[in-house]
Amino acid sequence: MMGGKLITLIVIVLGVIAIAQLVRVYELTSKLRNRGEHEITDRDNNLNGKMMFGFMFAMYAFFLYLCMEFGWTGRGEAASNIGKETDWLLDLNFIIIIIVFFLTNTLLFFFTYRYVRKPGVKALYFPHNNKLEMIWTIVPACVLAVIIILGLKKWNEATGDASKEAIRVELFSKQFDWTARYSGKDNRLGRFDYKLTTDNNELALMTAATIDSAIAAMEFGPSGIKTLEAKLNDPKIMMIPEDREKMETDLSRKQRMIRLLYQMRERHDSKIDAMAWDDIIQKDTLYLCANKEYEFTFRAKDVIHSAFFPHFRAQMNTVPGMVTRFKFTPDITTKDMRERMNNPKFNYILMCNKICGGAHYKMKMIVVVLDEPQYKAWMSGKKTFKDGYMAAMAAPAAPADGSDSTAVTEDSLSLTMN
Amino acid sequence: MAAATHDTHGHHDAHGHHDHGHHEESFVSKYIFSEDHKMIGKQFLITAVFMGIVAMLLSILFRIQLAWPGESSDFLSFFLGETWAPGGVLKEDMYLGLVTIHGTIMVFFLLTGGLSGTFSNILIPLQLGARDMASGFLNMLSFWFFCLSSLIMFVSLFIETGPAMAGWTVYPPLSALPQSISGNGLGMTLWLFSMAIFIAGSLIGSLNYIVTVLNLRTTGMTMTRMPLTIWAFFVTAILGVLSFPVLLSAALLLIMDRLAGTSFYLSDIIVGGEMLTNHGGSPILFQHLFWFLGHPEVYIVLLPALGLSSEIIATNARKPIFGYRAMIGSILAIGFLSFIVWGHHMFITGMNPFLGSVFVFTTLLIAIPSAVKVFNYITTLWKGALVLTPAMLFAIGLVSTFITGGVTGIILADSALDIAIHDTYFVVAHFHIVMGMSAVFGMFGGVYHWFPKMYGRMMNTRLGYAHFWITIVGAYGVFFPMHFVGLAGAPRRYYDYSVYNEFDTNSYDMIMDLNVIVTAFAIFAALGQLLFLFNFFYSIYRGPKAPQNPWNSNTLEWTTPVEHIHGNWPGEIPTVHRWPYDYSKPGAERDFIPQDVPLAEGEEEH
Repeated sequence: MMGGKLITLIVIVLGVIAIAQLVRVYELTSKLRNRGEHEITDRDNNLNGKMMFGFMFAMYAFFLYLCMEFGWTGRGEAASNIGKETDWLLDLNFIIIIIVFFLTNTLLFFFTYRYVRKPGVKALYFPHNNKLEMIWTIVPACVLAVIIILGLKKWNEATGDASKEAIRVELFSKQFDWTARYSGKDNRLGRFDYKLTTDNNELALMTAATIDSAIAAMEFGPSGIKTLEAKLNDPKIMMIPEDREKMETDLSRKQRMIRLLYQMRERHDSKIDAMAWDDIIQKDTLYLCANKEYEFTFRAKDVIHSAFFPHFRAQMNTVPGMVTRFKFTPDITTKDMRERMNNPKFNYILMCNKICGGAHYKMKMIVVVLDEPQYKAWMSGKKTFKDGYMAAMAAPAAPADGSDSTAVTEDSLSLTMN
Repeated sequence: MAAATHDTHGHHDAHGHHDHGHHEESFVSKYIFSEDHKMIGKQFLITAVFMGIVAMLLSILFRIQLAWPGESSDFLSFFLGETWAPGGVLKEDMYLGLVTIHGTIMVFFLLTGGLSGTFSNILIPLQLGARDMASGFLNMLSFWFFCLSSLIMFVSLFIETGPAMAGWTVYPPLSALPQSISGNGLGMTLWLFSMAIFIAGSLIGSLNYIVTVLNLRTTGMTMTRMPLTIWAFFVTAILGVLSFPVLLSAALLLIMDRLAGTSFYLSDIIVGGEMLTNHGGSPILFQHLFWFLGHPEVYIVLLPALGLSSEIIATNARKPIFGYRAMIGSILAIGFLSFIVWGHHMFITGMNPFLGSVFVFTTLLIAIPSAVKVFNYITTLWKGALVLTPAMLFAIGLVSTFITGGVTGIILADSALDIAIHDTYFVVAHFHIVMGMSAVFGMFGGVYHWFPKMYGRMMNTRLGYAHFWITIVGAYGVFFPMHFVGLAGAPRRYYDYSVYNEFDTNSYDMIMDLNVIVTAFAIFAALGQLLFLFNFFYSIYRGPKAPQNPWNSNTLEWTTPVEHIHGNWPGEIPTVHRWPYDYSKPGAERDFIPQDVPLAEGEEEH
């Protein structure tokens, strides 16, 4: 190991010395020929001109090789209605820019090669020409007008309101996983407030019962206000000042929070509870029904994440403190897509695409698109938020998890599909 | 105006002579706390070269991880040690730290401080015919702020919890919550303080450049006789003065959120099991403030490079730059438009889609002045008598990368298309080639072209050629394949792509193949930069002596003596009689007529 490093070091030092010597030799010969370093010989000039032209072909060849070898896109066919539209536009734009790329680069490198200084040939004094300049202002402007109009049309379609019948699904993001919440039978997502987050209610849904239990947890829980007060007032407990200070900060924060929770309880109208109770919480895998429009709303618990569905050509950031939305209609089932991709193990994916911490690159959720009968069958086996919540409240010792325990696993799914 | 200008010069003249008569400069006042614009320019350059080497090394470290994830590397363990690369394998957190500091240094320290700091300082007084900058003291201060901020940024790499790890855009809440990732404690604090100091230095410098351009032009140097370099530096400085304070405010609010418990960017957050009381802030606010600087910043980086290349191309094509006034017009148009396009970085942040449409429109408009510039460069080459110096090759390379990277901007500016490629490697490839490579090419071109002016010696041409060819092959070799990584949907800032194994092994194989190609070219290009470093430092001390006007150029800096003197011209300041692009003018004896040569009888100005 040390020997290797030593040898590397020696090679580097010798290399530098070698270059220095070559440079010296070169300088001496230049001096002999009475030529300054600023005078570029015709030989050097022609050689570099030719190399520039040659480089252009090499660059084009490399580009074409990459196109053929690695394809237009590695994501396969777009698997949503919006994706198909934007892919068409993407192809059109690519054709335009590739033409521009070849045209201008060819002119640039060809002129470099063609107009290298030749003895006795003087450059043309050609300071400006209004007609030419008008042409290359107006032509790009017209092309861009087309691009802008087509692009905005698609953008308005993609970001317009979802239809009334669209299925509402919420995607909840946190470091470093995703949780989905289906809106249930009423197709309305229950309200939420981050202060209601407890072990049994990770998504902080708002019902009279969850408000009560959030208050109870904050007041009497293992690190609740009462416990903290008791610890701080207990003369028998010795604490280092830093810990005491931390605990006091924590306590005052919780005292502020609990006042807000009491206000929430006073204002709460339990008529809206039903919206939350019938929601269905789903982890690990997101199941969608082919050819149904979905309106996704996005939430973030801690930092910004981004919900990126590469195959549906859909993406939206999830932002703490606000709700964002995006809609699309998946139109190829996972089964069909596996055939088209010629890959029996292919799956759709939801990835995080905004830097969110060390394990950012692992934050994902498998997406499965089923046809309608399969989707209905899957959905009918799901427990609502109420079922899960009540079960957990009844048996507080059980692993606290708001979601169901009968999630269809990947294996059992592939069985139903085949 | 003309009279006022003249008076100022008279005053300066007297001042300059006064200085010469009375004291000899000590080492400290000549090389360290120098107030001479030429020395300050060189100080900027050397600092930027150092920071550039650091940032390039960081990129090689994380490129090794991307191409050979999880494999032990002596190179990684040598630079990062057991703390950040246990067993020679990079840690996840440090990967993000490397990416963050690489981006920050390259954008701000190399391409803003280094590029505009170096060449604005050296060329503005010399090409305008001024004895020095309007304020030598502020100019010195601007460098020392820059140097201090570079130092803080560099030191932040070595602290125990690691450097800032939130990406160079430092979006809160990630950057505001020390609990979210290790580098967001002290590392992020240092990042913010370093940037605050950097901005202060940059503002002082920019104000100085603007005042100098407006007030210290020599007799006859009207605005429309200024070389395009000066126009570019001038507009760059204006962009900096208008946009950097907004970044400072964004950084200050972030510092408040971190240290004073405010909620500018924070609302309803639970992190690390802790329920924060912050309510009502908006992370999107930060993004608006950041990109209000961030987009003009692209042009702060790019315009000086375009200015330098205009000058280099005209000189070495032995032709006037085509469409001088259109070039000025497009610099101004780009400068103006750059302030109303920032939202294109935020199409999918949850910003109102209608607002997005407006930004699509303004963004695509920028393509028009950019196209004008490209076509003007190409027409300048047409029927020229090209002298392919290394500087000229880099300038032509710049035009090529500006085209290649620019056209993909049309895709990204189109919000409907951006949905699917936002934050993928397609974006990374786009901005590296259009902003990174173009600006770096402009900077190299500038160094090769003005090295004789800076150090009075010539750089080695052959090494310059070798350096150019390695760099351009490396640039395209790295960034062409990267577009395809992005089109495969690969998100940026991923430590590795193992997640693809769980849903699409074919895409995984493709991404890995491409990543190996990219890293191989990156290492090749990085090694090529050693040639430049050797050539640069060797030539400072051992290069052959430079003649006064090596490239037969028209601009005023070549009328100064080779040996630097305080005050630039030993006698009177030259008077300007013509524009700077009288190359190969019909009827003239030689193929160039310097700006201080009076019009011949019957000769018409261009």
